[in-house]
Amino acid sequence: MLSEKAIKQVDEIIARYPAKRSAVMPALYIAQMEFGWLTPEAIEAVSEATGVPKATVKGVATFYAMYKHKPIGRHLIQLCTNVSCMIFGAERLVDIIKNKYGLEAGGTTADGRFSLVIMECIGACGTAPAMLVDTDFHENLTEENIVKILENYK
Amino acid sequence: METILLKNIENPNSADIDEYIKAGGYRSLQKAIEMQPKAIIDEVKKSGLRGRGGAGFPTGMKWTFASSDPKTPRYLLCNADEGEPGTFKDRPILEKNPHLLIEGMAIAGYAIGAEYGYIYLRGEYPGAKDILDTAIRQAYDRGLLGDNILGRAVRFHLSVHQGAGAYICGEETALIESLEGERGQPRIKPPFPVNVGAWSKPTVINNVETLSNIPYIIETGAEAYSKIGSRDCPGPKLYCVSGHVERPGVYELPMGINLRDIIYTHAGGIRGGEKLKAVIPGGVSTPILPPDKIDCPMDFVNMPKHGSMLGSGAVMVFDDTVCLVKVCYRALRFFDHESCGKCTPCREGTGWLSNILGRIEHGKGRDGDIELLLDVAGNMLGKTFCPLGDGAASVVQNFIRHFRPEFEGHIRDAGCRLQN
Ligand SMILES: Cc1cc2nc3c(=O)[nH]c(=O)nc-3n(C[C@H](O)[C@H](O)[C@H](O)COP(=O)(O)O)c2cc1C
Repeated sequence: MLSEKAIKQVDEIIARYPAKRSAVMPALYIAQMEFGWLTPEAIEAVSEATGVPKATVKGVATFYAMYKHKPIGRHLIQLCTNVSCMIFGAERLVDIIKNKYGLEAGGTTADGRFSLVIMECIGACGTAPAMLVDTDFHENLTEENIVKILENYK
Repeated sequence: METILLKNIENPNSADIDEYIKAGGYRSLQKAIEMQPKAIIDEVKKSGLRGRGGAGFPTGMKWTFASSDPKTPRYLLCNADEGEPGTFKDRPILEKNPHLLIEGMAIAGYAIGAEYGYIYLRGEYPGAKDILDTAIRQAYDRGLLGDNILGRAVRFHLSVHQGAGAYICGEETALIESLEGERGQPRIKPPFPVNVGAWSKPTVINNVETLSNIPYIIETGAEAYSKIGSRDCPGPKLYCVSGHVERPGVYELPMGINLRDIIYTHAGGIRGGEKLKAVIPGGVSTPILPPDKIDCPMDFVNMPKHGSMLGSGAVMVFDDTVCLVKVCYRALRFFDHESCGKCTPCREGTGWLSNILGRIEHGKGRDGDIELLLDVAGNMLGKTFCPLGDGAASVVQNFIRHFRPEFEGHIRDAGCRLQN
């Protein structure tokens, strides 16, 4: 079940569209916030809130890269390695994160602090390389400043 | 040149409605709702505005198609998916000038007879989501959106629909599927969205930058507008420059400006005085150009005559320290990751291209691999369900067309001379 507040939020979202089904993606985001990731209960809650069958909700959820299908750390590092970031050393940054935190792409640190996801272009090519930590953009990353930035996320 | 799209963005509060109104904002909406919808569409047609999402389709014509379809209701969608690698031109509008887009959408909605609009915003722009939500709320509070816009019987409701990391949702029919709560896989065309779009109703889909041109066109008139830029492609254009230039960034310049000028005059030339090796002029999907081919007017009509495309106006500059096999491989990993899986030539083809390029890049290339790449690409081109697969195939073809010796060298030397 979603919280009362979340159900109200989903209902508000449903009202924006001519068909209830359009609320599936926004509801998945809300459920992901409530449950931490898209647990079977989260999928069921979205199904209940939107009236869309569970299997269909799951099918939608698995199509999109930004929904989480396993537990993630307290902070999500989304690092771009697409062309404009790659030519400025984004792959070296992946190695630095790995060495410093023992964190592999797609994984989570043992203490549950960070998860790392490699992104396709995040639209920060003029200030490459770049990453999102949670919802914060960090641009002009270097081998020197990346750990300093990450250390601000406890 | 006077800036139109990036007007006022140095102002730290540019996203606030009061600042926008102070700088003359929402006057065009006022003017527009005193006009007949058809007169607005005529003005947009006369302006010569072409869609900035990549295909360059004439905007006024698109609006006419949708508004002359008798089915109602009609819908207006803004494509803010901005997923083409190298592209970051819509972001400054979304984050710093959201009211320009909202005003453009309100005018467009009134013109085509749409009472509901949605901004399909990529999930990777969480900051823009908050900014747009706030700006939309402000516009409702001032009666600039809602049931009685500016006190008249004009209705337009607007909200943001957040994507979740799927490049294919930038393709307009996949975007509609995603808006409807489905997996984002493209639909067959025709029928086109202008007739059978969102919820099977007539739907106009325009890019952020396209819609942001509308207030200026209404305010100053089509004639003045069409004097900016090139004859077949008027207006201002946002070019986003990344890679090895002195001053990467987003530049608002007249459409049709020479690619060389963008790189050497506006972006300050090649970083550290290094030598230019190649340019991708319009985002990763557009054909790469060698240095002797960059004297070309950057617009939708002229770029194809010069062997490439304007695409999203994402200029990616590579100096000669860059391994282009590696760039090509990275680009194909992107397409492989983003192929939606609906059609076989794209789903399988992007995978094979990526694998073969990977082994060449990693020093395990075999004799005949280049021919194999071209064979796979040739079997994809024109045979995929949507242009994503064509884009992937043409990237490989064009990298090999212009830089074949570099691929051959990787196979012969079992690796890259530029790295390690
Ligand atoms: C694979 C693919 C990705 C696309 N991505 C985008 C995008 O991110 N943003 C965009 O505006 N148009 C994108 N387009 C183009 C849209 O399909 C459509 O042509 C455009 O949104 C129409 O708006 P316009 O007429 O204002 O250009 C993409 C097309 C394809 C085939």
